[in-house]
Amino acid sequence: MSADTDVEVLRREGRVVVVGASLAGLRAAETLREQGFTGSLTMIGDEPYEPYDRPPLSKQALLGRARPEDTALPRRRDIDAEWRLGVAAESLDRDAKQVRLTNGDIVPYDRLLITTGTRARPWFHPEEAALDGVFVLRTRDDSARLLRKLTAGVSRVLVIGAGFTGSEVASGCRERGLEVTVAERGPAPLVGALGGVIGAVADRLQRKHGVDLRCGVSVTALEGDDVGRLRRAHLSDGAVIDVEVAVVSLGAMRNTEWLAGSGVAAGPRGIACDAGCRVFDVNGIVTDDIYAAGDVARSPHPLFDYQFLALEHWGNAVEQAEIAAHNMICAGPDRRPHLWLPMFWSTQFGVNIKSVGVPTLGDQLVVAQGALAEERFVAVYGYRGRVIAAVAFDGAKWLGFYEQQIASGAPFPPEYRAVDRRTETLHPIDPAFPDPHLPTHGATVTLTGHSPSERRVTFVPSHA
Amino acid sequence: MTSGSIVAQITDYANRADPYPLYAELRKTPVRREDDGTYLVSTYYEVRSLANDPRLSNDTSNRPAGHGRPGQPAADSGLPPSFIFTDPPVHDRLRDTINRPFGPPHSPRFLDGLRGELAKVVTELLDAFEGKDRVDIVEDFAYPLPVTAICKVLGVPREDEPLFHAWADALASSVDPHSGDDGGPEKAQRARQELGAYLADLIETKRRHPGAGILSALAPDMTPADLEATAVLLLVAGHETTVNAITNTTLTLLRHPDILERFQKDPELAVPLVEEVLRYEPPVQFVPWTTALADIDVAGTTIPKGSPVWLMLAAANRDPRRFEDPDRFDPDRKDNEHLGFYTGIHYCFGAPLARIELHVAVPELFRRVNFSRLLEDPPPYRANAVLRGPRHLPVAIEGLTD
Ligand SMILES: Cc1cc2nc3c(=O)[nH]c(=O)nc-3n(C[C@H](O)[C@H](O)[C@H](O)COP(=O)(O)OP(=O)(O)OC[C@H]3O[C@@H](n4cnc5c(N)ncnc54)[C@H](O)[C@@H]3O)c2cc1C
Repeated sequence: MSADTDVEVLRREGRVVVVGASLAGLRAAETLREQGFTGSLTMIGDEPYEPYDRPPLSKQALLGRARPEDTALPRRRDIDAEWRLGVAAESLDRDAKQVRLTNGDIVPYDRLLITTGTRARPWFHPEEAALDGVFVLRTRDDSARLLRKLTAGVSRVLVIGAGFTGSEVASGCRERGLEVTVAERGPAPLVGALGGVIGAVADRLQRKHGVDLRCGVSVTALEGDDVGRLRRAHLSDGAVIDVEVAVVSLGAMRNTEWLAGSGVAAGPRGIACDAGCRVFDVNGIVTDDIYAAGDVARSPHPLFDYQFLALEHWGNAVEQAEIAAHNMICAGPDRRPHLWLPMFWSTQFGVNIKSVGVPTLGDQLVVAQGALAEERFVAVYGYRGRVIAAVAFDGAKWLGFYEQQIASGAPFPPEYRAVDRRTETLHPIDPAFPDPHLPTHGATVTLTGHSPSERRVTFVPSHA
Repeated sequence: MTSGSIVAQITDYANRADPYPLYAELRKTPVRREDDGTYLVSTYYEVRSLANDPRLSNDTSNRPAGHGRPGQPAADSGLPPSFIFTDPPVHDRLRDTINRPFGPPHSPRFLDGLRGELAKVVTELLDAFEGKDRVDIVEDFAYPLPVTAICKVLGVPREDEPLFHAWADALASSVDPHSGDDGGPEKAQRARQELGAYLADLIETKRRHPGAGILSALAPDMTPADLEATAVLLLVAGHETTVNAITNTTLTLLRHPDILERFQKDPELAVPLVEEVLRYEPPVQFVPWTTALADIDVAGTTIPKGSPVWLMLAAANRDPRRFEDPDRFDPDRKDNEHLGFYTGIHYCFGAPLARIELHVAVPELFRRVNFSRLLEDPPPYRANAVLRGPRHLPVAIEGLTD
């Protein structure tokens, strides 16, 4: 049988299994059907719900503009799938080509797509994490629980970690009229994702909106009362705050544990795959029947030195899922690479924040339009003399242009005149990212080096 | 066709009824230099990318000498430029301020709240068709509705309409780069002054006795001059463009009886149909007032710093590289991201209002009126090449449904 007829048979009567029934999983399933896949499709998800959207959970839902249970993702088309919801995949047997579920069921596949995403990093102390009043925010249930608590009437909310999610929670709570304290270990909010210069703007924004922002401190302990309700938080600077609610926003952990021992290159930093979403095994050899997409995947990107990028971006999940689905059911030469330019947005304190490219790679920064002081600007990040990323505060409409600049490797700093450029010449400054060796949270992009697995390849140049 | 003559042809009134073959010709050179140094950009992706390019300025003071005409704020009208002719940060400040009473997030229900009233106006206008066997869609329908709407939005007394109608007309024709014989810049300047004075009085009254409409809401937040300039812009833009959009929709539907028949059975078609008209016959045909602040490479051509640039929206909307079979009117078109309302930071401020007006007016017009035929095809057009639309649209009708 030739490879071509294989593909034909696969498209007609193959078995595709998707593990992780959320954004990436759904969009992949829809794409499969759109592209004429008529075989069987199984969607496995450990949450009991059909795919829903997460970004509103820390935005509209917090403000009561959308109920967490009403954030179901719109369907692009019927996908005619067998849904296995409320049950997790427990392990993967590559030789037998099957997925084992926690209820003991075995699901065989011809093609497997892994879209298990990430989960919220829990509070490090399990007993404290279990206190009534301590929350994380990743799922619909998390959001519903938090909302119930907030509407029941609380006086002060503590947000632990000022990455994107934490900052959005702080913003939403302020808008609800609640007192908010934000504790951030780094020098400013959003510093992990955007650096200290932009972080300082976020800092001002939070304070202007009445957030009790405390940077350079960490929460050391959460303290409850006799009946297990959160009462107080202790900070590393000795401060003690009375709080009834703490929202732990310390970033995300990739859901890869179930793949342990399967032989695929999966670890805490995600699942390594090639630009076509094909997963690597631990030897760095690409598989041809296992694919990954969305928050759980990391893949090399030529615009960013072929470094492996792991992105926690909605748009990336959609695009990568579509590419994975396409590649799963077509012959080699028809496959397409996932070369999406990272794009991320957030809304907080009335400001629309949007970034393109990979700011964390930036070694220099200029304010290309607008002014930091007005909290309305486009800042452009440079990396070795070319434009590598841009972030806009209330200036998202310009980012399409900067996206082009990044994609075409335009020189940095930009020298042309532009509307709303405030100075004749742009003087690059250090974007002030924290030392990458220190743990940060809230970064939405992680660069994970060239090695597809935890075993690293070291390049040793020979001496001439 | 010699280069340089195409602008003359586009602005030539003889081609007003059907400029599309000229646009097709234009697209053969996506970025085309005219003899006077003006660059015409006519293909979809290039227009879209330039409209979003921070190196392109709407501030007419950046124009080289001799290119100031289109839309330029008359220096001695005593008013600052309206926000359409400014760049950020001025543009953003003005537009944000104006948006507060106009739309979401601060006033999410303001426009929607006008629906009922507009529907009533539509009913009244259509009731007046009773007993007639011919009507002029422009005079009898398409014009009165947007005027009522913009008066409501601004809080301008509807009775004063005859007063400012002529001023608005004169100003609208001033965005046309070659509006030769209708009085030229002096007339527009005078109109801007007079309309400005009228609005200044009105704004002053509103400061003392706040009432409905956004002028009242804005009076405390804006300088009188900025508010006046803004009011002039909104009044003029609110006058001409939607009239053309409603008329163009009517004309297009009457030219496509098969689609009209579908539409009468399925009023839901209104939304995609209106979008398709905005692609097919956009009310603003091109934007002739931008300037390159730096050398810009587009489609293999460098537009040198300082060049006037015309963005040909109507040509881009029919670019076959973007829209399949672009000269076909097809409301079933998927992914109809037309440039009918422009794109980027200058995206039509009034678009949500225009859409509401169209969605209220068009289905009701075709539900109630039994059209028999167009009495003139093509109908007589207005002189304006930029805000292009019929001056009159006489149609024969056979009665009215309730
Ligand atoms: C509160 C919040 C706000 C956000 N806001 C933005 C924003 O403004 N902009 C933006 O670009 N992005 C935002 N994001 C990120 C965006 O939601 C993610 O990028 C996107 O959800 C990724 O989709 P995914 O399908 O890859 O993973 P996920 O949505 O994480 O889905 C993975 C699914 O797999 C399930 N699963 C995990 N393990 C297993 C298993 N073993 N078996 C079966 N199922 C399993 C999980 O329970 C989950 O349902 C936000 C995320 C959150 C949580």
